[in-house]
Amino acid sequence: MAAPMHESIEALRAGLTRRKLLDRVFVIIGLTVMLACLMLLAMLFLQLVRDGWPRFTTEFLTSFPSRRAEQAGILSAWVGTSLIMLVTAFCAVPVGVAAAIYLEEYAPKNWFTAIIEINVTNLAGVPSIVYGLLALGLFVYQLDLGQSIAAAGLTLALLILPVVIVSTREAIRAVPKAIREAAYGLGATRWEVTKDHVLPYSTGGVLTGMILGLSRAIGETAPIITIGALSFIAFLPAPPLSAEPPFVSFQWLSDPFTAMPIQMFNWVSRPDVAFQSNAAAAGAILLGMTLLMNGVAIWIRYRFRKKINW
Amino acid sequence: MMDSTNTVRSAAEGGSATDSRGRLGIAMDDTRKARRIDVKAAVENLNFFYGQNQALKNLSMLIADKQVTALIGPSGCGKSTFLRCFNRMHDLQPDTRYEGSIMLHPENINLISRQVDPIEVRMRIGMVFQKPNPFPKSVFENVAYGLRLRGVNNRVLLAEEVEKALRNAAIWDEVKDRLQDSALALSGGQMQRLCIARALATRPEILLFDEPTSALDPIATARIEELISTLRDQVTVLIVTHNMQQAARVSDYTAFMYLGELIEFDEAAKIFTNPSKKATEDYITGRYG
Repeated sequence: MAAPMHESIEALRAGLTRRKLLDRVFVIIGLTVMLACLMLLAMLFLQLVRDGWPRFTTEFLTSFPSRRAEQAGILSAWVGTSLIMLVTAFCAVPVGVAAAIYLEEYAPKNWFTAIIEINVTNLAGVPSIVYGLLALGLFVYQLDLGQSIAAAGLTLALLILPVVIVSTREAIRAVPKAIREAAYGLGATRWEVTKDHVLPYSTGGVLTGMILGLSRAIGETAPIITIGALSFIAFLPAPPLSAEPPFVSFQWLSDPFTAMPIQMFNWVSRPDVAFQSNAAAAGAILLGMTLLMNGVAIWIRYRFRKKINW
Repeated sequence: MMDSTNTVRSAAEGGSATDSRGRLGIAMDDTRKARRIDVKAAVENLNFFYGQNQALKNLSMLIADKQVTALIGPSGCGKSTFLRCFNRMHDLQPDTRYEGSIMLHPENINLISRQVDPIEVRMRIGMVFQKPNPFPKSVFENVAYGLRLRGVNNRVLLAEEVEKALRNAAIWDEVKDRLQDSALALSGGQMQRLCIARALATRPEILLFDEPTSALDPIATARIEELISTLRDQVTVLIVTHNMQQAARVSDYTAFMYLGELIEFDEAAKIFTNPSKKATEDYITGRYG
């Protein structure tokens, strides 16, 4: 039998203690860095809440902007933001998911799809103001959508499309090859494999990607300023539902709008300090909306992971 | 009447398989009662390429109808590649190429011809994979899926067929009270039998097994082997295994492959007791592989 590598059991233990010490040092470093990040976010949030505290009232949510800080509210802003998000989700999700399915399940692997892949990833890094300029030329003027909710929603949809495509592809790729083979082996077509297996099993990841995309879009300011969001709007878009036929109206799509970040930007740039408190309150609400969306994404992912465990 | 051993051996040595089409000869089944063995498929001069890489070299052999044929050989000898030619699984990968023919009897359709739709082939030839791969759906939906693809939507008919398939796969008693539970809650051996039921439900003419027990424990393995032996009455079975004892236990015919070539093909009893090639003997006695 070969002699053991260590000289004595004491030497072995001493070495082990040293190695475990390093282990613990790494844990402490990691914990510190993580807590620092969390603290920063918490402080930011708490400061917004503290500064905006006097404005956390129902009137703040149900009032239009006003020249007087204490009467101003964010009604038109949060309604505008919600409607824009609706348009964004309706456009970006079907297109993004379809593109991801095509790239993963159908596209042959050649130089052409390689170029598309690189470009999709690159598009995720394009500054948002560039999307704004594109949208100003394309949606506002060429397609004559004007400075409308539709134009804003489409712009943000364009912005988050790469995020949706990349995260959907990752979710699709996580479906094991063995499952695809099982379905193909039974005589399924590509589309049947996609709709019966790949998509249902990756829904969690797809929805997570969608919500992460939307939470990026909700805070975007530059592109919607570029296409001409108004910063003072004292009316709401046309209601989508009405009592008289045809009951559903799409008039709101072409109405002018404002959004939460725009409203904040407007208030922050006012000399009157009273408006600073409004901006802080609006910021806290916007941050809360984003955290809520992320929370929903995490919950969905958890639910689907629990059901499907490869 | 030709002796089955001779017929089969001549095919293995590259002799014309079509001469013997129709009758493979006489074989003894377990009850020692002589019965006629038909040919289900005839492989002739099959070559297969991954890009420039030739994985199968000029294979010719006959697959006996309603019998178990085992493919054995060391890792990388091409036995799984060969098996996957039968249901055109390679078509899912880019840059693969078949040459030669696999004629499916009695219609004489060349399974690997470009003119034959791979989906049509897969609707007639089922497959059970190495690792149990049930869908993350209910037990019932797993078995019903192949039927749904074939347009069966009648609930009564579906329930009947699912039960029949589960019984055939010897798993009915274990799952009959949990048909709506997730298939992922079953044990590994149960999952594999469920996958067999899923394949059987579509009444395939040939059932391909790709090392079906390599991920299972000995008890689950024994149950699957027993099941494969009983399936012989309903379906032609082609099984790849790296376990020689398994091949000896379950198969009627055995083919030994090495480096993409078919070295020897004969009745299982002959291969395991009196192989005619030195390489086969070396492999079976554990000298390499």
